[in-house]
Amino acid sequence: MRNIWAISKKEIQTYFTSPIAYVVITVFLVLVGFFFYSLIWWFNSQSLQMAQNPYYFQQLNINQMVFSPLFHNISIILLLVIPLLSMRLLAEEKKIKTDELLFTSPLSINHIILGKYTAALAVLVTMLLLTWIPVIFTFLYGNPELPSLLNGYLGLFLVGASFIAIGLFFSSVTENQIVAAMLTFGALLLFWVLNWASYSATGFWKDVLNYLSFFQHFDDMTRGILDTSDLVYYLSIIFLGLFLTHAVIQSRRWR
Amino acid sequence: MIEVEHLTKKYGDLIAIKDLTFQVEKGKIWGFLGPNAAGKTTTMRILTGYLPATDGHARVAGYDVFEQANQVKRVIGYLPEVVPLYPEMTVEGYLKFVAEIKGILAAERKKAVNRVIDRVGLSSVRSRLIRNISRGYRQRVGLAQALIHDPQVLILDEPTIGLDPAQIIEIRQLIRSFKGERTIILSTHILAEVTQICDGVVIINEGQLMASGSLEELTSSLLDQDGVYLKLRQKDQEITSLLQALPHVTSVQPENGGWRIEWPSGYDLRDDITRLVVEKNLGLQEMRPLAMNIENLYLKVISGGGIRK
Repeated sequence: MRNIWAISKKEIQTYFTSPIAYVVITVFLVLVGFFFYSLIWWFNSQSLQMAQNPYYFQQLNINQMVFSPLFHNISIILLLVIPLLSMRLLAEEKKIKTDELLFTSPLSINHIILGKYTAALAVLVTMLLLTWIPVIFTFLYGNPELPSLLNGYLGLFLVGASFIAIGLFFSSVTENQIVAAMLTFGALLLFWVLNWASYSATGFWKDVLNYLSFFQHFDDMTRGILDTSDLVYYLSIIFLGLFLTHAVIQSRRWR
Repeated sequence: MIEVEHLTKKYGDLIAIKDLTFQVEKGKIWGFLGPNAAGKTTTMRILTGYLPATDGHARVAGYDVFEQANQVKRVIGYLPEVVPLYPEMTVEGYLKFVAEIKGILAAERKKAVNRVIDRVGLSSVRSRLIRNISRGYRQRVGLAQALIHDPQVLILDEPTIGLDPAQIIEIRQLIRSFKGERTIILSTHILAEVTQICDGVVIINEGQLMASGSLEELTSSLLDQDGVYLKLRQKDQEITSLLQALPHVTSVQPENGGWRIEWPSGYDLRDDITRLVVEKNLGLQEMRPLAMNIENLYLKVISGGGIRK
């Protein structure tokens, strides 16, 4: 545990002493802010129109009309920025040969992997917490449902955590950060849109493709539905990513 | 302290080291010599637990490097050829991090960091970013990280490479100051370095052991000539003939205002020379073993197949 913390602390320090974390977080927040503003503006104009008709006005729901699409937008931004956060985690150690220090210290490979992983998670959590600044205002001027909002954030966290696990894996296979980022991005996008292929598939394969797609599981969560199968899906992806990273590091040493 | 037995490492079909066997006694400094790509770095990486060997055994401080990797990592300080530094960290921050991953308890860390900073002379740069300090300081930070957990064994891969002459001398003095308290293996291309700081050598070529043993043992068994360089206050011509008259002397050559005196190995004429100098009041200025011994030894071993001890 102490070893994981040592690696994690160093990694977080590196994120925040280099410009990476600041740039990623700033760009992320600017985009989230823009999407939030657009959605609120649209919701407002809808509200004004609907105010004429009491029946339709009752149907207006800020969770469904603002937060559900906002969460989808944020997840797409994560798809773009997470590869940039995860790319240097292991690739850089190999490139500047500091892996020799890590692997000749009394640490296990798991300590190193978990330390790096939790550091990137910490940046993700920071990013998500900062998006609460605009969200708080909707509580002042409206009445969103907190549980379904939190469920959406849990979904975002799980999606981001899965992305990081996949990014960490691609960072372990190369010593070039750009290559790691590109491979991660490609893999994430493919997983995201896997359900598109399910439209043309039938029977068993349709279910498989749907189950594998990030989108399908995330969609439920943005609407406030918490299903154990979604949780199991994300946790499996995370475990698989970390497990493959371990396998790559281990095999590299034995080669 | 360090025992290597029949160690073999293959990268695919490439044999990096083959059936390597040698020992290093506790408290000694051992030089690791060989041409580039001879397998020096590979051997060091196996000893430090960075790479597993294909075959054979290695023990450090009584622990097997494969079976008890974590115990071995605790007793070894390792300076790789490329110093493993994080350019974005300060010297002090980096050393604290290394102290932490080497398993030094939080209460002891500050003390350990201060101790190595004093020991290797880093106090003037302790709060600077590593990427802003000079090559010589980086090398010292590398030594500091190897020393931070007070290891019994130090493994240094070309510790003086890329330094200027003044820095080389400083680093050598630093390494020499560990003599007796720590067991050290260091690899180098500079043969003079070996005579200056090492007690013994391991010479390998193309992954195979060519010779190993203490410097005296090896030079006496491998070279037929031994000798000293002598410099005196008196410069008379007749001194040459006086020296030549000493028993067993085979040649006396003037060199750099002194003499190069050689005799068949197995004898030691240093006592006789000293007595002569004192009796005749010739004014001794300098007497040192011929540095070329190690060069001769090296070339002979590398080119001529060498001997195994």
